[in-house]
Amino acid sequence: MKNAMKKIYLILMLFYLYAPILVLIVLSFNEARSRVVWGGFSLKWYADLFSNETVMSALRTTLIIAFVSAFVATVLGTLACLGINRMKKAPRTVVMGMNNIPMMNADIVTGISLMLCFMAFGVTLSMQTVLLAHITFNVPYVILSVMPKLKQMEGSTYEAALDLGASPVYAFFKVVMPDLMPGILSGFLMAFTMSLDDFVITHFTTGAGVNTLSTLVYSEVRRGIKPTLYALSTLMFVSVLVLLILINVRPQKKRDVIE
Amino acid sequence: MGRKSFALPYIIWMVGFTVIPLAMIVFYGLTDRTGAFTLSNVAQIMTAEHAQALWLSVGLSVVSTLICLLLAYPLAMILKGISHSQNSLVVFIFILPMWMNSLLRTMAWQTILSNQGVLNAVLGFFGLPAVRIINTAGAIVFGMVYDFLPFMVLPIYNVLIKIGQDKVDAARDLGANGMQTFFRVIFPMSMPGVVSGITMVFVPSMTTFVISNLLGGGKVLLIGNVIEQAFTSGSNWRLGSGLSLVLMVFIFISMAVLAKYDPEGSNVI
Repeated sequence: MKNAMKKIYLILMLFYLYAPILVLIVLSFNEARSRVVWGGFSLKWYADLFSNETVMSALRTTLIIAFVSAFVATVLGTLACLGINRMKKAPRTVVMGMNNIPMMNADIVTGISLMLCFMAFGVTLSMQTVLLAHITFNVPYVILSVMPKLKQMEGSTYEAALDLGASPVYAFFKVVMPDLMPGILSGFLMAFTMSLDDFVITHFTTGAGVNTLSTLVYSEVRRGIKPTLYALSTLMFVSVLVLLILINVRPQKKRDVIE
Repeated sequence: MGRKSFALPYIIWMVGFTVIPLAMIVFYGLTDRTGAFTLSNVAQIMTAEHAQALWLSVGLSVVSTLICLLLAYPLAMILKGISHSQNSLVVFIFILPMWMNSLLRTMAWQTILSNQGVLNAVLGFFGLPAVRIINTAGAIVFGMVYDFLPFMVLPIYNVLIKIGQDKVDAARDLGANGMQTFFRVIFPMSMPGVVSGITMVFVPSMTTFVISNLLGGGKVLLIGNVIEQAFTSGSNWRLGSGLSLVLMVFIFISMAVLAKYDPEGSNVI
């Protein structure tokens, strides 16, 4: 009885989380442009997708920003973890506190603060400013993923490598990196996802004519969104779903990756 | 391994892209056109329209935070039960939806909740009366709970899985029943996760302008909408910055409370 109730609750919550996704997938196959009328099954929005330059260019921008910002954030964040780990308690608390700011702060405040800063220093808003903003809010996720792995590590293996004649750089890549890898990868994935899904910070830091998928959706809301965007989202969602299932089906070893 | 100086690039980055930008808000919020100190931008929060938007934001975000907590705690307990080693399953469930654009997902709720929408079609099928929820404060709370629920579940789950079974067993051995074990042992030990979750839901709910725009139909004005309009359509940076300073007071209180329970933010994700 108790177990049945747990199952029902879990199913209800999953339904709640995934209901809008289901709606979007259904709408991407809707012949009619309307969001409330079903006009019959059609693949025309998928066909439109690949010839629609506005959508394709927004997709390119989104992916470039997500990839570059996640990559730079991963390098910055991993290095920072190694440094922070060596600090004494007081400076460490200060740095970790600062690290929490972009994550805990409201997106709107982060967005306008960066916008004001760019404008005040005469930087024209563009794709580059969006990139800088995304790196800023991505690093904390990397640090929070890598830090626990670093704490779990035994410092003695690194020292042993040095005693056996490895150079610090060689020892780092051969001994430390493999242990940190699950944390680094999950940090990268987290950062990539956050960048991909961001709207508010991009909204304030982007320049004229530069659109990510989120800002494109927002600007189309009033005119009525073309279902092409549903088709694109469906494709992205399904490809990640398949990818994650593939990773998870391979048991044990790969499991830490998306922890 | 590593040196302290490895953290230097990031520290410089934080100063340049976090500290200085926040200082810019303080500067614009506390000065007038000539650059002289003034409190008039901040005082704008007292005008009837702005004060109403602020209190409505506080009210709606308190309600949505409470609903999130009530929904998330049992969910986190259940997930803990089914996945001792399959940590990734939980992250999987909550991170995956983010790959479908969040604005589109919020839009989808518009489709579901609208007067001729999916929800009313289902209700009509069962002969139940239709609900008129779209473009009301209720729809906004609905959207907030939907968008931010994962940020409540993950921290609570992360703390719950760290509570050893031995502690629960010990409580039971000492004669506590299920309820007592929960309220005297499990719940107090999960407080850091609960506080993280509350902060992670309250701050974005309180400051959103997207959800109120999409699900409130522009009829319900939250403080986030007022600030966004000051920057985009009004181009009144000083007013926007002044109101943001008021908002930051709420954010800093939340962050201070969180810092007390979880200094390194280790439960957040």
